[in-house]
Amino acid sequence: MIISIASGKGGTGKTTIATSLALSIEHGQFLDCDVEEPNAHLFLKPEKEKVETVSVTVPEVDMNLCTHCGECGKICQFKAIVSVKKSLLLFPQLCHSCGGCIKACPSGAIKEVEREIGIIESGRVKDIEFHHGILNIGEAKSPPLIKALKKKINNSNTVIIDSPPGTSCPVITSVRGSDYVILVTEPTPFGLNDLILAVEMVKTLLIPSGIIINRSDIGDREVFLYCERENIPILMEIPNNREVAEGYSKGKTLVETLPELKEKFRELFKNIKRS
Amino acid sequence: MEEKDTDIEKEEDMSKINELIVISGKGGTGKTTIVSAFASLAKNKIMADCDVDAADLHLIMNPEIRHRENFIGGTRAVLNQDKCIKCGKCIELCRFDAIKDDFCIEEPYCEGCSVCSYFCPVKAITMEDSISGEIFISDTRFGPFVHAKLGIAQENSGKLVTEVRKKAKKLAEENKFNLIIIDGSPGTGCPVIASLAGATSVLIVTEPTLSGIHDMKRVVELSKNFSINPSVCINKYDINIELSKKIEDYCMKNSVDFYGRLPYDENTTKAMVARKTIIEYSSGEFSNSIKGIWIKLEEKLEI
Repeated sequence: MIISIASGKGGTGKTTIATSLALSIEHGQFLDCDVEEPNAHLFLKPEKEKVETVSVTVPEVDMNLCTHCGECGKICQFKAIVSVKKSLLLFPQLCHSCGGCIKACPSGAIKEVEREIGIIESGRVKDIEFHHGILNIGEAKSPPLIKALKKKINNSNTVIIDSPPGTSCPVITSVRGSDYVILVTEPTPFGLNDLILAVEMVKTLLIPSGIIINRSDIGDREVFLYCERENIPILMEIPNNREVAEGYSKGKTLVETLPELKEKFRELFKNIKRS
Repeated sequence: MEEKDTDIEKEEDMSKINELIVISGKGGTGKTTIVSAFASLAKNKIMADCDVDAADLHLIMNPEIRHRENFIGGTRAVLNQDKCIKCGKCIELCRFDAIKDDFCIEEPYCEGCSVCSYFCPVKAITMEDSISGEIFISDTRFGPFVHAKLGIAQENSGKLVTEVRKKAKKLAEENKFNLIIIDGSPGTGCPVIASLAGATSVLIVTEPTLSGIHDMKRVVELSKNFSINPSVCINKYDINIELSKKIEDYCMKNSVDFYGRLPYDENTTKAMVARKTIIEYSSGEFSNSIKGIWIKLEEKLEI
């Protein structure tokens, strides 16, 4: 069973929920797919066992074989390979690794080479297998790294995925294939606005979802009214708590500050599994 | 010859426009709260929201939209079932697993690479423009505002950010304003990179938490990659005074300008609920501190 923790808005508590859920069920795999800004390791503190680099494929052209027919430039939708008169310009950062140019080249002048975009670090914390990706600074596209990270998934496990914020490609790539998505929000106008986007996103992807309202006693009641109107289950409400916030600042998880919540998370997990 | 001269003049004029972009790395540190406060404080500026993925600034700006246009982020494969002979070539070649075994294209996963369309032996797949968002130019009580909405499960947010910035620049020229204030996205990926390229100044909003610091360091490095020396301010500094001190030390050691600390203040949420900027809502410590940060930014931007 794969459970993703997502949110439209950043900073609502995705990592807080994901790490506490993992520590409550005490087994399975944990994947931090927020590869632009991975933070879960600061809380779970896994023992690092393995580091591997992740690359994407980009074209390399053998100019001796190139006949300047221009087919590669014609198929490339991303302007990563541009054919100008008697020369070819390559922009590897723009390449989506679709392989189109290689297949379109009639003279076999293009081959694929690897370009490193980031790393995956793996380790363990108690019985939890931990993996996270770190995207190289300056690298624009995170989905290929997220996809590589998700290859670590062993379907017989319980898998918890900590997703990036937002609703576009990095998030879609992270939550794709999940059995359930927990959306974390806060009851404020910004929280609601971004929650609605996130709900629309999971609906588009046809994944069942429920909501955790963090800092549930701040702001206003609009998020609660929205969930009621849309018939979206509220899985848990976590009141605002300065002790939790201070703990968080030092890398202390929610269930370490409030151990009584562990049982609630186990209950929540059971209910998700049952549904 | 004359034409060339005008071009040069135009370019010089363009370069006088300052673009201040506010980012954070980590989400939820208070970018939009701070940007909206700047909207209250700055004069003669264009406001722009480049967090196109989960845009929130409009909730405070209360925009009256006077121009809207569709944003075409790219193309999508569309399969004509009547022509399709189900040979399976497209499924075999698609590297994004966007075509299911029943030859239905799953739009959210299509990258628009056109490989399926190019190699389809019966030309059953066409590439069609995909409207992946909308761009708005609005009037607000703080002046002109450019914002956008990326469609659900759409991509190319970087390109949309670039479009928003272009529109903001044009508006600045028309109004003869020399400042654009931009609310950025969290993370370090394509929308952030698209908002940094060519920007004049970067303010990083961080918080004194291990995650806040970790993520701040990554965006400091990213800004430096773009030859921009960022400034940093800390929000909710009193959540962990010790870590706040560490952030200041880090800034000093890495010659990053440190512009100030903002306290944890429930009024920021109350202001948001009231759809007001913190400057409009309260005159407490938070507002005073943010005024201090703004004065430093004005000096840096020479406006």
